[in-house]
Amino acid sequence: MAGYKPIRKVVSGNYAAAYAVKHARVQVVAAYPITPQTSIIEKIAEFIANGEVENLQYVPVESEHSAMAASIGASAAGARAFTATSAQGLALMHEMLHWASGARLPIVMVDVNRAMAPPWSVWDDQTDSLAQRDTGWMQFYAENNQEVYDGVLMAFKIAETVNLPAMVVESAFILSHTYDVVDMIPQELVDEFLPPREPLYDLTNFERPFSVGALGTPADYYEFRYKLQKAMEKAEKVIREVGGEFGERFGRDYSSMIDLYRTEDADFVFMGLGSLMGTVKQAVDLLREEGYRVGAAKVRWFRPFPKEEIRELAKNVEGIAVLDRNYSFGMEGILFTEAKGALYNSKARPLMKDYIVGLGGRDVTVNDIRKIAENMKAVVERGEPDVEVDWYHLKR
Amino acid sequence: MNTLFGEKKEGATKIVPKSVDEYPEAPITLGTTLSNFTGDWRTFMPVIDDDKCVKCYICWKFCPEPAIYIREDGYVGVDYDYCKGCGICANECPVNAITMEKEEK
Repeated sequence: MAGYKPIRKVVSGNYAAAYAVKHARVQVVAAYPITPQTSIIEKIAEFIANGEVENLQYVPVESEHSAMAASIGASAAGARAFTATSAQGLALMHEMLHWASGARLPIVMVDVNRAMAPPWSVWDDQTDSLAQRDTGWMQFYAENNQEVYDGVLMAFKIAETVNLPAMVVESAFILSHTYDVVDMIPQELVDEFLPPREPLYDLTNFERPFSVGALGTPADYYEFRYKLQKAMEKAEKVIREVGGEFGERFGRDYSSMIDLYRTEDADFVFMGLGSLMGTVKQAVDLLREEGYRVGAAKVRWFRPFPKEEIRELAKNVEGIAVLDRNYSFGMEGILFTEAKGALYNSKARPLMKDYIVGLGGRDVTVNDIRKIAENMKAVVERGEPDVEVDWYHLKR
Repeated sequence: MNTLFGEKKEGATKIVPKSVDEYPEAPITLGTTLSNFTGDWRTFMPVIDDDKCVKCYICWKFCPEPAIYIREDGYVGVDYDYCKGCGICANECPVNAITMEKEEK
């Protein structure tokens, strides 16, 4: 454990995010309230009202599209900018998300995972954030409130190093409104870890004016896309470095893009994103006692996608049960597609099966994971899956 | 910082990158007004009659670009590199000192 005394607070996931914004010395927050994200920006507004933060400008806007537009303007001008949203709000931002990444602006956003309507829902589901896969945003999935706090701080550092925006994703209600102990870092130590932003260019130099969001003809557009991809590749390295540095400074290590839990001698592993994996880890402990040799592989960063780490994991296991709290209609769970794709050109190709779980906030319990383990054990023993995609909860 | 700056007047050139490494990190300054003159959209050009001008600067205030500037002698001039010939200045001039003339190119 690193030699410092953490500030221990009992906070919701949303308050953890708001405290991280405060400690990161964010300069501009532009946001529109949407359940279950609202309490993040309420808390930030409270910090401002109480005079607890300096130099933080809050911009109340009339929609999420405007929230992202204002964040882009602030970030382009050199400010450290933050916003937060959920589901339909994120979808409304979609067009602007491309502007943020294309213009290489290190905005950090918290998306509180919420199911897309209809039917109208405010509960946990990862389809909203995963549907933004191709917008050029990095995506970090938090398992608990501590990871929400840590994730926001790391996201700023990583984003500002590679000049790409980053999304920190937490589960609706399961994290956003549930209180848990979070070890916060004293301000001066956060300042050492996260110095003020150094923007890519200086928009205030009037002697050398230039265009932002310039027109790119077919002669130039392609090169900028390539550069964006190179930045994502660089981000993988930076994520590991910053995650390692975070571990050295504050005692919580994030140097791997996938968090492996008891996978060393596992026959098969559960793979998934976010808070779901907390339940899975508990289930793994119980299943181990019952004689199952299982482990958990929590994918921390979905973009950039940890292709190499998944290939490494695949070498040592016979099966991967992917737990998708999301769906790409006409295909399958999104993480399943990505993980399978990562392995196609590698030699190690364990059996893979996709379990669709928890859509629209349906509870996923330890007992569910036990049933999935029984099913997956049979799949591995038989050497082929019964079905590739299993709508696990379906009322039959 | 690698950016695609062009310089006004002196060459007014845009740097054309030859390889991906020569591009700036972010897509900025592919077309800045320092190198991208907008005056060639014009069909009619404003011509100012100094004898009629009363230096009220209404044209200067109304020009949307701004292509009208105040000269050292106090009269107004037009920067034709950026004047799009919209005619607002001529329309607003209270003493009809500005006429819009068809431009021969």
